[in-house]
Amino acid sequence: MSNSIETGTAVIELRDIVKRFPGVVANDGVNLTVRKGSIHAIVGENGAGKSTLMKTLYGAHQPDEGTITVNGVVQQFKSPRDAIAAGIGMVFQHFMLADNLTVWENVVLGDEPGSALRLDIRGARKRINELAKQNGLEVDPDTLVVELGVGEKQRVEILKVLYRGAQILILDEPTAVLVPHEVDELFASLRALTAEGATAVFISHKLDEVLKFADAITVIRAGRTVGQVDDPSSITAHALAEMMVGSELPSPETRVSTVTTDVALSVHNLTTGPIELPTLADVSFDVHRGEILGIAGVEGNGQAELIGAIMGLSASTGRVELFGADISHSSTRARREGGIGYIPEDRQRDGLALPLPLWENAMLGHQTQKPYGNGRWIDKAGAQKQTDEIIAEYDVRTPGNSVPAFTLSGGNQQKLIVGREMVAHPTVLVASHPTRGVDVGAQAIIWDILRDARSQGLAVLLVSADLEELIGLSDRLLVMLRGAVVAELPPNEVTPAELGSYMTGVKSMVTSGASTATASATNDGTA
Amino acid sequence: MTAAVVNPSSTPSSTSGPLSMRLLRMMDGRTTLIVAGLGVLIVSLARVISGDNDLTSSGTFGVALRTAMPIAMAGLAGLYAERSGTVNIGLEGMMIMGTIFAGWWGWYFNPWMALLGGLVGGMLGGLLHALATVTFGVNHIVSGFAINILAPGIARFMGNELFSQEEGGSITNSPGNKGDIGRFTMPFTSGGDLFGWKTPDPLGWIEKKQWFVLSDISGLLRGLTAALTLDIIIAVGLVILSWYVLWRTPFGLRLRSAGEKPSATDSLGVSVARIRYEAMALSGAMAGFGGAIMVLFSNRYQEGQTGGRGFLGLATLILGNWRPGGMLGGAGLFGYASGITLRTTPENLVRGLILAAAMALVVSAFWALLNKKYVVAGIVLAIGLVGIYSYAVFEKPNNQFVYIFPYIVVLVVVSARNQSLRPPAAEGIPYFKGQQG
Amino acid sequence: MLRKLTGALTAPIIAGAVAIIASSIALVISGNSPVTAFREMWMTIDSTESVVVIINSAVPFYVAGVAVAIGFQMNLFNIGANGQYQLGALFAAAAGAAVSLPAPLHVAFVLLVAVVVAGLWAAIAGLLKVYRNVNEVISTIMLNYVAVGLSAFLVSEYFRNNDVKLVAETKKLPASAQLPALNRLLEVFGLNLGDGVVLQGFLPIAIVLGIGYYLLLYRARFGFELRLSGLNPAAATTAGVKPRAMILKTIVLSGCIAGLIGMSDLLADPQYHKYGDQFPKTLGFTGLALALLGRNHPGGIAAAAIVWATIERATQRLSLIGIPQEIGTILQGSFLLAAVIVYEVVRRRNNEQTAREASRAVHGPPPDPGLSSANAAGALP
Repeated sequence: MSNSIETGTAVIELRDIVKRFPGVVANDGVNLTVRKGSIHAIVGENGAGKSTLMKTLYGAHQPDEGTITVNGVVQQFKSPRDAIAAGIGMVFQHFMLADNLTVWENVVLGDEPGSALRLDIRGARKRINELAKQNGLEVDPDTLVVELGVGEKQRVEILKVLYRGAQILILDEPTAVLVPHEVDELFASLRALTAEGATAVFISHKLDEVLKFADAITVIRAGRTVGQVDDPSSITAHALAEMMVGSELPSPETRVSTVTTDVALSVHNLTTGPIELPTLADVSFDVHRGEILGIAGVEGNGQAELIGAIMGLSASTGRVELFGADISHSSTRARREGGIGYIPEDRQRDGLALPLPLWENAMLGHQTQKPYGNGRWIDKAGAQKQTDEIIAEYDVRTPGNSVPAFTLSGGNQQKLIVGREMVAHPTVLVASHPTRGVDVGAQAIIWDILRDARSQGLAVLLVSADLEELIGLSDRLLVMLRGAVVAELPPNEVTPAELGSYMTGVKSMVTSGASTATASATNDGTA
Repeated sequence: MTAAVVNPSSTPSSTSGPLSMRLLRMMDGRTTLIVAGLGVLIVSLARVISGDNDLTSSGTFGVALRTAMPIAMAGLAGLYAERSGTVNIGLEGMMIMGTIFAGWWGWYFNPWMALLGGLVGGMLGGLLHALATVTFGVNHIVSGFAINILAPGIARFMGNELFSQEEGGSITNSPGNKGDIGRFTMPFTSGGDLFGWKTPDPLGWIEKKQWFVLSDISGLLRGLTAALTLDIIIAVGLVILSWYVLWRTPFGLRLRSAGEKPSATDSLGVSVARIRYEAMALSGAMAGFGGAIMVLFSNRYQEGQTGGRGFLGLATLILGNWRPGGMLGGAGLFGYASGITLRTTPENLVRGLILAAAMALVVSAFWALLNKKYVVAGIVLAIGLVGIYSYAVFEKPNNQFVYIFPYIVVLVVVSARNQSLRPPAAEGIPYFKGQQG
Repeated sequence: MLRKLTGALTAPIIAGAVAIIASSIALVISGNSPVTAFREMWMTIDSTESVVVIINSAVPFYVAGVAVAIGFQMNLFNIGANGQYQLGALFAAAAGAAVSLPAPLHVAFVLLVAVVVAGLWAAIAGLLKVYRNVNEVISTIMLNYVAVGLSAFLVSEYFRNNDVKLVAETKKLPASAQLPALNRLLEVFGLNLGDGVVLQGFLPIAIVLGIGYYLLLYRARFGFELRLSGLNPAAATTAGVKPRAMILKTIVLSGCIAGLIGMSDLLADPQYHKYGDQFPKTLGFTGLALALLGRNHPGGIAAAAIVWATIERATQRLSLIGIPQEIGTILQGSFLLAAVIVYEVVRRRNNEQTAREASRAVHGPPPDPGLSSANAAGALP
């Protein structure tokens, strides 16, 4: 929507920015013009160089070539301090907030009121309250950040930027962690700010919101600018996506149903956490052979606990059955040996040991079994041979099986993990965010792998935050909210927006039933 | 199927936090008071039963304060380091650097210069640790241990060079300090002098009456106010000052942020490396000052006189949940436990304290019982009864047992401590400029 | 292979240079000539006798290094090796003197007692960590002091040899519990060490220990899981390793091996064969240094143990020519500190280079961030 044609002057002009890192060129001739008072979107797929560009603009590192012009002045930012002084503020995707400090402490850090010998705490509080009120960013200055929700944390980040008097806000994937109504709130605040003369630049790869909220769009692909759209109403999401990817889009859609009636994995009344406030509340469902069961939900609503309970990683009550056998009291190892494959949500935290070579990483979770060893001793040759197979079959781009895992890109790390689970021929696969943070190519490959395995009879439990992925791959969708399953939806009828409203509790299923959900309005309307 | 009825309310995000956390913090203050009150009651009861009045005499508390402050200084050193994100296991080494410099300057100049020497020696150790961990990103524990191994070597070498040819000195000890640092007694409460007039000593008078609880509290207060050496007063002042610096100045805020989320500190244009260097310099200085206090106490440098106090300081820091108040409390407890071993009748005192501890355990067993934690209650009660039994059976504990007593106290207290501790989030993780996370 | 070897040697050589410079500075400050000092040091070690002495003292160092390294491999800092081996040695000495068994059995019995006692003592720290979340650094240090007091108490009250009046010590082990010198064995190979030079008998056990350590850590599934737990505990848990059991097993294993630290002196050193005041008390700390220097690798620790023992031997006669022999501790300390720094710098540089080469080889996107910090990659050298 282009509610007004921007006629403001250019506040930011980037010309031919080149930024190289050891072994790669992250930005290779980027041009960008941002007009005063506009909300400017920068889109591009993972690894296109958006974040690198924004960091250059924020002074976090210096470009190797090219010029940065802010308000008509050519700038050379040596550090974020210089960028701050030039009126630029950055809201990072991963919040730069110290959890154990209060809101006011986080906001004033580095630019404290008072003297070197005394912090003016009262002044800080007053100033923050003023800023918050002016811009509709209400938050209590004395709360510890750890006690805030995601939306509130983002407000604190924006307050930090405003506190420093920034007129240009850079937001790195600001909506990645927000639920739909929080996204609306965020852009309402940004709109109010730009109305008063500020400028906002945001990075996104969610095209619908880019088209909905941006005044202008710049598309980046493989480190280069491939286009600037000054009137978003003139372009469709599909055209924009093709600009971004440079080719036809992959689609996660599952074609023919292969769902059988054999129950592979079955959970009954799974519960974790304290009785008063369970983190997982009485969850029951079945996953059949040849079925992908999708779990949707805002992160932190019990998905991690559900997976922990199924994999035996955390204590829970209730029953888990694998092909009818009760495995509730089995160890994680026994469950994995019993045929459950597992793709953890955070590959670097849970799935890999980065300094170890690929062949040792390939053993993770299967180290007790052939061909990796006999349970007591490791079979190095066997493990390396198996790793080579994974590398070949699952398109892991690497010079060999003995390089450390940290040398792989995110997508290749993920393919290695998916590959090592699949070559073990699991009967049930628990996949948590299997394509998070991987490039489009790897995403398409992983989707294909999951689809193929499903059609050969694998039962898949898929937890994801990517609604397109969930809708496209799943045979059935469950929605989780506050630890409970609150809805079951047919993926071929539901839209992402509808799914979003179940996830936030705006809509809920009052009666049990497979398809039609009864919507019920809630007290959430004021937001 | 499995669709459940929901009761929607406001936002879906974290429902876990605010109220319960606040409640916990409130509880913390009040329970501390209750525990302290109970503690006084129990110790005073133990004094009456065991019949050794030295258990709560002002003399004992005075020594407890003296032995507590080096530990507290080490804890303070740990506080600066860890709050800025650097694990400082090298405290012991930095204390040793403090003692050798203090012994040197105290002998060469005077006791005041000994304190300065302690600061300087410790600071050198701290900066070395910063060089390894901040500039080169070495694992903090590894570097700390390297310093713990290097420091005694340097001290030995310096001791040989400086003292071995001097009269009264040897490679393992300095010849002795030039003079005393001076003492202070609070007027009107503990009999201090005021312009040459000796004021009354009401606390001392009550203490001598040996009244239940009342005399014990007077003993405590008088121990903390009578015949204090000036270095101890400075040390207590440093703890208070450090609280102010860390929580009421911009420098302190930046320091704490570097220990919680260095990328945030960095992204706002504050150099994490610089902050951590400064914090390590302060940390080393505090540890060295702790060493200097010990040199003043024994009036000379002695090899090995730190005796693990750097590590005890770390334990108090953990015990105090990385806050100065709690840290001081922990140091006081350990100081008391090791202080009594320096009194004239340590065996009796240790016995008395075992009785007190056993009684405290029995009380907490009942507390656990009320909270329906039967297993815990059982274990605690059993240990308490063993304590009472050993009090009754062992008339005179072996002096080796007296020696290990303070360390056992540390072990028990650290193990028994509530587990909801919260160390600085970024502690021990090397940070390089521009890094995420 | 050659490249790997030179790569592995660069860091220690740089560290050695730093250490020599640092101690030279200390020598110059104290008014001595570094040249004279180092020449004297060289002359001291340049003899068969010195080589044998160095090997003899390197053996317990090596065992200590291996004991600590096992903990390091999973990020556990077993600072308590001192207490563990002292108690182990005390009980072993007392038990060994109290029974009579045929020779090989007697030795095995003494070893077993030491290993079990030290392992049990280490288990205290393990249990506290697993069930009460007490940091093992704190607990093992406190347990060291307790062990010192406890062993002094036990040796004076219960295990004392009443024939000796002046000092508290255990009875001497009977000959059946002593390990014979290896001189005879060497003579079979035509090597005659000469009079008064004794190559002590614990060396073969230390070698077996090193091989066992290597096989366990790098060839066995248990060792793989142990290293994995050290590098990334979360991934290890996900891969089916039980974290608490792993911690407990590792601490106890480290303690058991620590129990062997004192055995070289007890069983094979003619000077001892008993536990008393003179028995070495701080080998565990040396083990820490050696594990760090040797980067937890069995071969590296062996090299480090030799270097350490060489420095000790070389500085022994310095005081005869008026140079403080304490320069040895500075040499050791600065070598250690320089080594850990250089290892870290080299490691980072190698990692960056490997990542660059790998991404160049596949023309792919850059490696995932987290190269320098993530996943405990920088944990230990």
